Amino acid sequence: MQWETVIGLEIHVQLATQSKIFSGSSTAFGAEPNTQASAIDLGFPGVLPVLNEEAVRMAVKFGLAIDAHIGEKSVFARKNYFYPDLPKGYQISQMELPIVGKGHIEITLDDGSTREIGVTRAHLEEDAGKSLHEASFEIHGHGMTGIDLNRTGTPLLEIVSEPDLRSAKEAIAYLKKIHSLIRYLGISDGNMAEGSMRCDANVSVRPKGQQEFGTRAEIKNVNSFRFVEKAINHEVERQIDLLESGGKVVQETRLYDSDKDETRSMRSKEEANDYRYFPDPDLLPIVLEADYIQAIRDSLPELPQQKRHRFMDEFQLSAYDAELLSSERETAEFFEAVAQAIGDAKLAANWVNGELAAALNKDSREISQSPISAQQLAGLLQRIQDDSISGKMAKTVFEAMWNGEGDADQIIVAKGLKQVSDSGAIEALVDEVIANHTVQVENYRNADDSKRPKMLGFFVGQVMKVSKGQANPKQVNEILLSKLNT
Amino acid sequence: MYNKTIAELSQGLAKGEYSSVELTQDFLQRIKRLDGQYNAFISVTDEQAMNAARHADSMRAAGNAKPFTGVPIAHKDIFLTQGIKTTCASKILDNFIAPYDAAIVTQFKNAGAVCLGKTNMDEFAMGSSNETSFYGPVKNPWHIECVPGGSSGGSAAAVAARLAPGATATDTGGSIRQPAALCGVTGLKPTYGLVSRWGMIAFASSLDQAGPIARTAQDCAMMLDVMAGFDPKDSTSIDRPTLDYCTNLNNSLEGLRIGLPKEFFSEGLDPAIAEAIQTAIREYEKLGATIKEISLPHSNLSVPVYYVIAPAECSSNLSRFDAVRFGYRCQDPKDLEDLYKRSRAEGFGREVKRRILIGTYVLSEGYFDAYYLKAQKLRRLIKEDFVKAFQDVDVIMGPTSPSTAFNLGEKTSDPVSMYLADIFTISTNLAGLPGMSVPCGLVDNKPVGLHLIGNYFDEARLLNVAHRYQQATDWHQQKPNNIE
Repeated sequence: MQWETVIGLEIHVQLATQSKIFSGSSTAFGAEPNTQASAIDLGFPGVLPVLNEEAVRMAVKFGLAIDAHIGEKSVFARKNYFYPDLPKGYQISQMELPIVGKGHIEITLDDGSTREIGVTRAHLEEDAGKSLHEASFEIHGHGMTGIDLNRTGTPLLEIVSEPDLRSAKEAIAYLKKIHSLIRYLGISDGNMAEGSMRCDANVSVRPKGQQEFGTRAEIKNVNSFRFVEKAINHEVERQIDLLESGGKVVQETRLYDSDKDETRSMRSKEEANDYRYFPDPDLLPIVLEADYIQAIRDSLPELPQQKRHRFMDEFQLSAYDAELLSSERETAEFFEAVAQAIGDAKLAANWVNGELAAALNKDSREISQSPISAQQLAGLLQRIQDDSISGKMAKTVFEAMWNGEGDADQIIVAKGLKQVSDSGAIEALVDEVIANHTVQVENYRNADDSKRPKMLGFFVGQVMKVSKGQANPKQVNEILLSKLNT
Repeated sequence: MYNKTIAELSQGLAKGEYSSVELTQDFLQRIKRLDGQYNAFISVTDEQAMNAARHADSMRAAGNAKPFTGVPIAHKDIFLTQGIKTTCASKILDNFIAPYDAAIVTQFKNAGAVCLGKTNMDEFAMGSSNETSFYGPVKNPWHIECVPGGSSGGSAAAVAARLAPGATATDTGGSIRQPAALCGVTGLKPTYGLVSRWGMIAFASSLDQAGPIARTAQDCAMMLDVMAGFDPKDSTSIDRPTLDYCTNLNNSLEGLRIGLPKEFFSEGLDPAIAEAIQTAIREYEKLGATIKEISLPHSNLSVPVYYVIAPAECSSNLSRFDAVRFGYRCQDPKDLEDLYKRSRAEGFGREVKRRILIGTYVLSEGYFDAYYLKAQKLRRLIKEDFVKAFQDVDVIMGPTSPSTAFNLGEKTSDPVSMYLADIFTISTNLAGLPGMSVPCGLVDNKPVGLHLIGNYFDEARLLNVAHRYQQATDWHQQKPNNIE
């Protein structure tokens, strides 16, 4: 049987506010345990939450960026359950009337084609603390659990997709798009390793052509792009195996174990908590005026989708290049700085997506950590444009720049790589090659026009060789042609 | 000195008739001597009180005295007081030393008041008789075998027994007004949002409101001057200009329109209480008021609506008492679940557990719509009844409580009859309106309270209406027989 995979993602994004969503404590990552937890975060008796407006602003930014409906009124609700790292015994979240309603995101697949993925909603909520089950907490021979409440109350935007994704690859493309978007908007650093972006995947399979969805399992705790793909693929395989051997998928929550590359059951639907959501009486509904929303709309930066289209229209870049260059804000800005400095977007795109991307990839660096700045790369490309160096030499210069040996001009001088564009000097070299290869010259002159271009390559190669690669290939071509054809 | 009102003590201090140290000492000694009978205090904070009194006297000497400088008061043990045990009358907080001050505690400190101690109450403010306290019931100073009402029974009894001239309290369904009525003192529940809830241990967040209990309307006005005001730390606090509640106390009542809801004078009401209320109404007519019968058609739904919404909110508010970060913890928990279950089973009393269970039930999947949502809809109807009524009248009056003080133990085995003790007060909380109870008679030497309900933020008028009545009558000056 042919199976179709159906995936929906729930992505938790930590918003990059200075302070927590309902208290004034700092949200900085990595502080000593429990040093960033106030009486409010600790859920002490008598404390009350006060909403951080910046979190609202960031949520609205996201909503506008995915063309979503922004509710004029949205309401916080309490999600009730007991856990030691949830101090109040409830999480302040949103249930009915989330701040961001239905929206959509366009994803680009490997073949350059695009698909629109629905976003059901995005709502604001507070993060829980962390329970640390570590051997170092052992007291009197008993294993102990430590509780760190620094993370408690960090604002989260939970982005829930429609079950529109049809493969792990699409899920990754969607996840990357969200990652790109939140970074463009400056509402989160999207750092998955530090937990700034976390992902739960709802996965089911159904016979191809069937309308209704199969029973889904929710996979929790998949916290890198790679693991999301692996976990989904693993889960799809598990469900298909199960169904094909006559079994049934049960609705449950499963945990992904990246060490063993498997998912295992965490709790069944029957064991699921009844969270007893109800509107939080400590917080008034958020009411957003049209002016407020408009002001945020006006402040939005150009988004990846818009950039991608502009790069294609304005610079005639391919869909592939435009996608690569627009997916990260820093890359796009780097590219545009280079393109503007040299006035040749295609050359800039080739180098940013080619040599620079490869070098960054090799060293596992972000573009913001590139040892070559946009100005420096532009300096190098200008030497190609004015024929000072060949494309091939430029790669040598690039490598030296990467290693911190200086600007392009300094390196060209230091390594003696300057291209010879003096036509007199090149003419002398051409004459020398022609004199030393009389047989080949004879053959060339007796050959058909159709065969000549290929034979010309031999002479170009010889001239470049005697010039130690420094002769301007364009000029070499021209002079050779004029001399051989007479 | 203990027979004097706050206004009188403020004047005596200003004139130098006595110092705050003398005054405070006097009250502390009186509490020590008499509170064994009443059990109105959970904690008496002698040392802090004397320090505050000395500070007040030095402020006065330096010419920086305000009306409350050096005046002793007591705080209900629901308000956090930094460095002082704050229990909410529960075993689960018996070891809890508050790490910060409640907003109103700070406000009274800044006003120069001296805190004598923390008053007893029903556990987590859940009760109408002060019998659910972990620290034992409070006794009614009028009749030691009777309840003082609740939940602010300690505050009301302390004021009635002259152990403090005024005390802070809270009112979720009648917890200021009903004990004030049963103890023959004056109590005010302000409009929801007038007084900050910061540092007040939450029972039902959408209903809880702090207010004063004192012997006169004038004293309540002085206390409200200190307590009222916008607090950015409480999102439900309302940002509006603060008033001076003492300014209009003596305004004439000529032309005042009083509404009497027919539902508040139904057959179930004790005829002796009805007679006391009617006498008070006639007094108002003499003062120039006009009387109009009105209807609050949904008021009979108040008790059932309240007993869905309040437990729902409390079931969530009380989840933080989980023995993890503070409070009572059971012996040798064997795992997390055991820690939760035994600590909460042992730490909470019966009534609190009953309400957590009711609240958990009405919020559960499959019951939420039928109970919680329906109750919210009815709450709106109850509120609309009042909004409509206030188009034609300025103040609504009736009895505060359907009965006078009942005997200790009389209703403890019948929660529903206990819940009905708040039948006249609950609708005010559901609507968020201000209400007062003013002494207006004695039945079998037990005090009767007149219930005054005002429009939103119309506390100044309520206090004016109560004050003029107290100028014309002396029910508020009656005191229990055994008080010297």
